[in-house]
Amino acid sequence: MGGGFGVSTTSVLGGVVKRREDPALIRGTGLYVDDLQLPGMLHAAFVRSPYAHASIESIDASEALAMEGVRAVYTAADVEHLGDLVTQVAVGKLRPLLAGNQVNHVGEAVAMVVADSRYGARDGADAVDVDYEPLDPVIDLKEAASDAALVHEDMASNVLLAWEGGPWGDEEGIAGTKETIAAAKEREDTVTVSMEMVNQRLLPMPMEPRAVVADWNQGYGRFTVHSSTQIPHALAGGIAGTFGLSLTDVRCIAPEVGGGFGCKLNVYNDEILVCFASQQLGSPVKFTETRRDAAGSTIHGRGWVATATVTGTRDGKVLGYELDGIADMGAYSQNFTVAIPFLGLFVGAGQYSFPTYWRMACVHTHTMTTDAYRGAGRPEAAYYLERAIDAFAREIGVDPSEVRRKNYIPASEFPGAATHIGFPMDTGDYENNLDALLETVGYENLKAERDQMRADGRLVGLGLATYVEVCGFGPSALVDLGFSWAAYKIPSGFNGSGLVRIQADGTASVIIGTGPSGQGHQTTWAQIVSQQLGIPVENIRVTHGDTAESPLGIGTFGSRSAAVDGSATYEAANKVAAKAAKLAAHLLEASSEDIVFADGGAHVAGSPDQTVSWSDIATLAYQPHRLPEGMEGGLEAHAVFSPGNATWPFGSHLALVEVDGDTGDVKLLRYVAMDDCGNVINPMIVDGQIHGGLAQGIGQAMFEDGDYESDGNLLKWSFVEYPLPTSADLPSFELHRTVTPTDINPLGVKGIGEAGTIGSAQTVVNAVVDALAPLGVTHVDMPLRPKRVWEAIQAAQTNGSVS
Amino acid sequence: MHVSLTVNGQRAVTDVEPRTLLVHLLREELGLTGTHVGCDTSYCGACTVIVNGNTVKSCTMLAVQAQGAEVTTIEGLAGNGDLHPVQEGFWERHGLQCGFCTPGMIMSAVGLLSDNESPTENEIRHGLEGNLCRCTGYHNIVRAVEYAAAKMRGDEPPPPEWEEDSA
Repeated sequence: MGGGFGVSTTSVLGGVVKRREDPALIRGTGLYVDDLQLPGMLHAAFVRSPYAHASIESIDASEALAMEGVRAVYTAADVEHLGDLVTQVAVGKLRPLLAGNQVNHVGEAVAMVVADSRYGARDGADAVDVDYEPLDPVIDLKEAASDAALVHEDMASNVLLAWEGGPWGDEEGIAGTKETIAAAKEREDTVTVSMEMVNQRLLPMPMEPRAVVADWNQGYGRFTVHSSTQIPHALAGGIAGTFGLSLTDVRCIAPEVGGGFGCKLNVYNDEILVCFASQQLGSPVKFTETRRDAAGSTIHGRGWVATATVTGTRDGKVLGYELDGIADMGAYSQNFTVAIPFLGLFVGAGQYSFPTYWRMACVHTHTMTTDAYRGAGRPEAAYYLERAIDAFAREIGVDPSEVRRKNYIPASEFPGAATHIGFPMDTGDYENNLDALLETVGYENLKAERDQMRADGRLVGLGLATYVEVCGFGPSALVDLGFSWAAYKIPSGFNGSGLVRIQADGTASVIIGTGPSGQGHQTTWAQIVSQQLGIPVENIRVTHGDTAESPLGIGTFGSRSAAVDGSATYEAANKVAAKAAKLAAHLLEASSEDIVFADGGAHVAGSPDQTVSWSDIATLAYQPHRLPEGMEGGLEAHAVFSPGNATWPFGSHLALVEVDGDTGDVKLLRYVAMDDCGNVINPMIVDGQIHGGLAQGIGQAMFEDGDYESDGNLLKWSFVEYPLPTSADLPSFELHRTVTPTDINPLGVKGIGEAGTIGSAQTVVNAVVDALAPLGVTHVDMPLRPKRVWEAIQAAQTNGSVS
Repeated sequence: MHVSLTVNGQRAVTDVEPRTLLVHLLREELGLTGTHVGCDTSYCGACTVIVNGNTVKSCTMLAVQAQGAEVTTIEGLAGNGDLHPVQEGFWERHGLQCGFCTPGMIMSAVGLLSDNESPTENEIRHGLEGNLCRCTGYHNIVRAVEYAAAKMRGDEPPPPEWEEDSA
């Protein structure tokens, strides 16, 4: 990896730097897309289907078009020539930009109205008369998988993709694994525990609804598109591909983005359609989602029903784990839709070494598309596995921590360890992490306290769960598995990029290809560059999200930005340092090998009293006539980092809960997380990522439910029906960490954006089941709202024992 | 309809449709885009402003109902480039990530602290229950308000809780 120039390549940055993003955001001067007002700007609103499945008999826009201020109403016929919505993994039915003869989920866009004002567009949309003939919807996952009725009549099956998961690319291996597990079940000394569990659909619900402003300039022949997106470069490519333009003809800007959590990791039909309208009408066009739009027409997450089965001996040794599931893709495939269950498979065996077999059916239903929501497949995988491990531990009467410990991939197998499918992992020390958690909480004492509270008549439970995550995508070889980004005209695979430019006054501009939505890249990247160049953080400005200026990057998702784009920026900084060392050497009349960067300048090692400042160095760089013979002017460098593997963070979480037996109300008393994300660049930001991740996992466990009604209605149109956790619902979290650096990138960082979510839902549910176990409850499906918990208690008491 | 009000100490006079919401008057007529819209149902609190001394969700109020009112938005919370102690607390204690809920959250916290200068953690959590945040899990928002409360009382704020890593 890149040279040292006086700074260690292995040292951790590790310091708390207050966020560079915050001064604008706390003053209300940060620019979000909906804040943008362009001269002559028009507003779009959508007519959306109230039916899950219906044929469109007619659309009458005459009343809308007669309204003052309404400029246009577009339907499918107007945009059919643009094709379906661009999609990276084009498996299954792709989304039409506007519904043609048929609608396939509630909230599907049928027509777009463009008007002079926000209110006028809404009025116009309400005035469009669509005549629907309702058809029976397919909503239930098992019914969908049975093909009793088809979601799309031109597809032979609702199952758009079915696969088995086992040892990588090796049919013999998968078959052998099945045989091994079947043989284990036959043994007389084994116990098999099997549970069907729902991992319910969730609505991502970032606080900023998605918004887009498209501005076509006929004279320049160029789109300028501001969008609330995690993937500005892919959006530019998707627009360019759809309209037959070059990448230089589309400039996408993601300004402040108010949360994403994966749902802004799609190119959306509204983004394409406002471009179309702007081109047609010669004016900028804005579309901002209402919260209702966001609920029904921005991607959802999760939506699995699966049976998890653990077979093992009574001493806690697991001999086989199986997951047999159906995953809901919704009516149309979008960006990563069909890839999400596959991401879960990567970590299907968690931290364990036992034989694991997965079978998955991905089905279309008459519902909104599912795609990446924080964790994306990995929370589902961890949920099923860790619930099943706990049930097995309870069945055999062994402490859940002991069962886990007994089955870990040992630390001694790293480096060189691989997952159950044979995919290589980077680094790991799972037992050390678990031990650290148990020691921190005083596990034995805590169990005794729980038992004492139980003896006092309280329903108190302890829940434990561990996870391993795959993130930091790369490796770029994933391109060979279909993740090419070719649909977005981006041939970049899973690389990252960074550009470091020293300005003439010695300050640094860092321009990166990420698409953050609150992760603090402007701070973290300044720390990386500051460490390498000795330029103070306050003299470094980091920008991102403008495709006209930033180097190509595929955006921010999958906990990948620090590991991949951060590493690229680190290498770009090292390239700048190499050249700056020659410049400083010229000024100091020394050898460049002896130059050290520190305290805002450079000096010869051992002679800190004689320094040149970055301003001196930059001035020389931009005055080529003063340079030594053969040196080029300028002082900037771009680097692309192509990771050799993904990264594999891990952790162990513990929750203490109390259930009110009379009401079913669950109270989360303590939540303790011991995460390991490798090296930490800014502990404050890393902790913040974990806090938010925990809240979303706990939200799934306790509050959030995005499942559709059996008639295909959503009934989750606002925060009233879809309750996000509030400040009063959550405790303060207790965070700790172990540090096992990765060897995949020069920073040693693994990624932390999703870990909290991946680790937490099952931790809470395990705790609640533990609390109710004395009553005979073995399982309650999420979310654990009071009614559901109360019913589980009643059922257990009625049945006498196991539900 | 004609509406006249005072926003951040400045007189504002404008004509609006009767149905115009206060938040849209602030954002689209007056250009004060620091006040955000996060839902359609007065639930998320991103639009919270102070009207005549009370915190109000400005998507719940018609612009014409603010006739003659004194309105303070996030832009007017502190003057001359200064930060209000609550703004300072959010920066010092990492009380924000994406920043979208932040202006409303800060205004609600200002309201909370004007009613209770020494809130407990529980009082802070219940006091801010009407403002949703999807990024922070509220953990550091509570720390930010504790910081601000101490500063406003003239006390030393509690130290930050993150560890300085070095491995």
